[in-house]
Amino acid sequence: MGAPGARLWAVQRITAAFLGLAVVVHLVTIMLAVRGGLSATEILERTRGATLWFGFYAAFALCAGLHGAIGLRNIAGEWLGWRGRRMDGLWLAIGLLTAAFGIRAAWGLYHG
Amino acid sequence: MADLKIRIWRGDATGGAMEDFSVPARENQTILDVVTQIQREQAPDLAYRFACRVGMCGSCAMEVNGRARWTCRTHVKRVAAPGEVVEIRPLANLPVIRDLATDMAPFFDKWAKAQGSFQPKDAPDGSVPAEFSVVPPNSKQRMEADAGIECIGCGVCYASCDIVAWNKDYLGPAAMNRAWTLVNDVRDGGNKARLDAVSGDAGCHSCHSTQSCTERCPKNLDPSSAIAGLKRKLFWDSLLGRR
Ligand code: SF4
Ligand code: SF4
Ligand code: FES
Repeated sequence: MGAPGARLWAVQRITAAFLGLAVVVHLVTIMLAVRGGLSATEILERTRGATLWFGFYAAFALCAGLHGAIGLRNIAGEWLGWRGRRMDGLWLAIGLLTAAFGIRAAWGLYHG
Repeated sequence: MADLKIRIWRGDATGGAMEDFSVPARENQTILDVVTQIQREQAPDLAYRFACRVGMCGSCAMEVNGRARWTCRTHVKRVAAPGEVVEIRPLANLPVIRDLATDMAPFFDKWAKAQGSFQPKDAPDGSVPAEFSVVPPNSKQRMEADAGIECIGCGVCYASCDIVAWNKDYLGPAAMNRAWTLVNDVRDGGNKARLDAVSGDAGCHSCHSTQSCTERCPKNLDPSSAIAGLKRKLFWDSLLGRR
């Protein structure tokens, strides 16, 4: 695709589709897990060493980071006139940083 | 019948203000009739634009009580209750020349930018292709093109779009509606440049699909769906490596 806006648009739609599903999975898991109370130990029992869950939450965090940053980029462009390649780079960095925090947290549950 | 209370924006590119007028009310009267009455009887220097008076040319568009409309097809009764003030301003999102007349150049420049002119497929030099294309009237592409072809370039949709107001490069609904009719025209060969032109922040990817354009188009066209069509096409074309 030519313009960066077009690529970002595609990424935003794809991450939105994944996030839609992921939020449902996330909520259903919570609802099933809290039946009969929930403790930190129980959470860790379930997540520690569960590669599938780690993969799921890593993807979740990556999508959320990118999706949010692209959305903020668009709002900043429209409302504040912050546009251009430099800004795009900055938003990408913010998105990846947010994602990194999320992935770090997931890693903590998987490994810690 | 009591007189109509009319408030008209007067001024030019450097600024202006509202001016009050009072016009005899009639049983049947359009906003354009009112503006014409004011120019003929009260303010001979009032600038405005019209041509056909029957909804064919699109030159009479103005903001009436905050909404872009064809003034020749808008009856006073439809926009104001008896006794209510009618506010008339020049079309939004375009530079004002004077009073109610706007400069449409940016609007048409964007049609050109969106590659809104037909590029015959078989003849890059612009000559008439030797063979006629057969375009079945009920083929999907033909129907998509037909849906948007009746645009008369009045600028009502352009004046109704927030993105146009926020992003001066945004091509706007009419230009992209036009691009979409050509994307679906099987006789046209200019799609590569056209799809490049309508993609990204100045193009379809900035549209919020809020549909003000569709809601306000006096020809009942649907530029919002045309833009969605462009997004869809660009998405799949690039995903499947067709671009
Ligand atoms: S649908 Fe898109 S082009 Fe139409 S008014 Fe909304 S933002 Fe503008
Ligand atoms: S799409 Fe409708 S509102 Fe927009 S310029 Fe064409 S006729 Fe006018
Ligand atoms: S004067 Fe031609 S459309 Fe109104």
